Amino acid sequence: MATPATAAVKAQPWKDPAARPYVQVDRVTKSFGEFKAVDDVSLKIYKGEIFCLLGASGCGKTTLLRMLGGFETPTSGKILIDGEDMTGVPPYERPVNMMFQSYALFPHMNVEQNVAFGLKQDRVPKAEIAERVATMLDLVKLSAFAKRKPHQLSGGQRQRVALARSLVKRPKLLLLDEPLGALDKKLREHTQFELIGIQDKLGVTFVVVTHDQEEAMTLASRIGVMNHGEIVQAGTPSEIYEFPSSKFVADFVGSVNMFEGKLIEDEPEYVRIASEELGGTIYVSHGISAPPEATVWAAVRPEKIFMSTAPPEGTDNVVRGAVQDIAYLGDLSIYLVKLPTGKVVRVTQPNTSRHAEAITWDQQVYLCWDATSPVVVTR
Amino acid sequence: MTGRGLVVVLPYLWLMLFFVVPFVIVLKISFSDIDLAIPPYKPLLEWVGKNSLAIKINFNNYAFLFTDHLYVNALLNSIKVAFISTVLCLFIGYPMAYGIARAKPKTRNILLLLVILPFWTSLLLRVYAWIGLLKGNGVINNVLLWLGLIHEPLTMLFTPFAMYIGIVYSYLPFFILPLYSNLEKMDWQLLEAAEDLGCRPWQAFYKITLPLSRNGILAGSMLVFIPAVGEFVIPALLGGPNALMIGRVLWDEFFSNRAWPVASAVAILLLILLVPFMMWYQSVQTRESAGAR
Repeated sequence: MATPATAAVKAQPWKDPAARPYVQVDRVTKSFGEFKAVDDVSLKIYKGEIFCLLGASGCGKTTLLRMLGGFETPTSGKILIDGEDMTGVPPYERPVNMMFQSYALFPHMNVEQNVAFGLKQDRVPKAEIAERVATMLDLVKLSAFAKRKPHQLSGGQRQRVALARSLVKRPKLLLLDEPLGALDKKLREHTQFELIGIQDKLGVTFVVVTHDQEEAMTLASRIGVMNHGEIVQAGTPSEIYEFPSSKFVADFVGSVNMFEGKLIEDEPEYVRIASEELGGTIYVSHGISAPPEATVWAAVRPEKIFMSTAPPEGTDNVVRGAVQDIAYLGDLSIYLVKLPTGKVVRVTQPNTSRHAEAITWDQQVYLCWDATSPVVVTR
Repeated sequence: MTGRGLVVVLPYLWLMLFFVVPFVIVLKISFSDIDLAIPPYKPLLEWVGKNSLAIKINFNNYAFLFTDHLYVNALLNSIKVAFISTVLCLFIGYPMAYGIARAKPKTRNILLLLVILPFWTSLLLRVYAWIGLLKGNGVINNVLLWLGLIHEPLTMLFTPFAMYIGIVYSYLPFFILPLYSNLEKMDWQLLEAAEDLGCRPWQAFYKITLPLSRNGILAGSMLVFIPAVGEFVIPALLGGPNALMIGRVLWDEFFSNRAWPVASAVAILLLILLVPFMMWYQSVQTRESAGAR
């Protein structure tokens, strides 16, 4: 999916060493007893970004988010927001608001009271509260539901109340914990774009926690992939997808075919890898930094593999196999092709024609890919 | 009859037998004349001559309750004592219920057990134990004397202080348990949300926890207030002769004066007084459960 056209993405401040980060996480560690939930994480988030923390459950992403919100105190390290040290500041004194996964709407207050809660707490004048609440409810299209109690709303409406409540205080930073997790798929897709639109309009910096990579890809200006309390890679969605830095990232974001092999030719312009798993050689048209004879992994995305019944030219990046399984998904089909070595390769092909001559089960096919397609990772 | 019908009928039958019937008997006695007989009242219905049945309803018992200040004073005093006890239970019981609800599941069960544990002994024994603690040469006085904090024993037994200790002690579990079961269902993330929106912890408690636990507070208060109004044993044992409570008056009328009709009138009056509280509580409960929180 396309990356949102937010100001931050156009400017790409993370590429500018002189740019001042808006949120700075500096070597933060959080331990619960022996267990390190967050392990020495450093992170720079820039103004106007939607930064997604992506990872499986238990990877520490929620703990990191809660430390940004002030609900947990780092065991060591510092958190700066807009240049101010926030490490020991309690949640009620931070210029940060959070949208909770459960939404945490106050059940004894109606929509309007829920949204007004934070402003009342700050003793904002009454007339201004009314105006700001009305504007916010208008923005999330809930003006007609102002007097309803949370239990009288649908899941999607509740999500929007939670969003309005956390945005109405005009926080410097909005934290969203699995913001779309409780919504069904159709609504989720719709809400993703709505969320981007609102973020763009208000210019608030978002930090989103999610385990759903599609959600992260759609929302984020940049993604930080987390594993075992560490950020293993941070970058734009396309960087993460096309240039994963490790086996874990390649495997976690999207699906991938991973071929283990040995570096047999290592030139500045190209490398050649011999892979027993593949039963052939892989030619990659860019150099990598790894010692010769090192064990490396070549990752090839399923959509970058071409499948044909006639043998293609060349000997590199070509392999023969038998179709083991086909999943027809409408817009595309997934083929599982079994190689003579026993390795099963996943290939996706768009169903561009309604009457394409179909490749069927047990058919012998050739698989090949461009020399630019494989990503070589060393860990 | 179907099994379902039986299930519905049983509680009604129970209520008929053990509430409605005794209530009607008491109501009947309250309208009869006192008599030197066994039982010590005249029947309401009497055959006069051969074919006529006379109904004699006597309102004097009720009128009498308002001519003698003793009854009204006792009633007002009972309400005062019950009210103060309920407030004390609120201030002592709320933190306890809150603490239990927020404890780890393992600790929670132990704490709950400790709250229920006193029920394993009879109330009478527990109240007698308080006599042992509070009396002139009781445990508390002896410890204080030994510590040198006081030089002569404090008079605690047979004072309002002792009575309040007894009532609050005995009724506290009835306050804690419904409140706990209410607080236990609370979504604690709401407090984080409130803090996130600018509340200090005590403000979050006041604005979120307290209103959401209103039902629990109400249930607990009713369970303490209603029986405490008619409480007899504790004031009699700990409060001394001056603790003028309506339950005590009722007892005296019934057993010392053998004035069953007056005693019954007192009982009926007490009931009438408590019904509005229960109805109010019921209506709040129904309204709340209709608007599922």
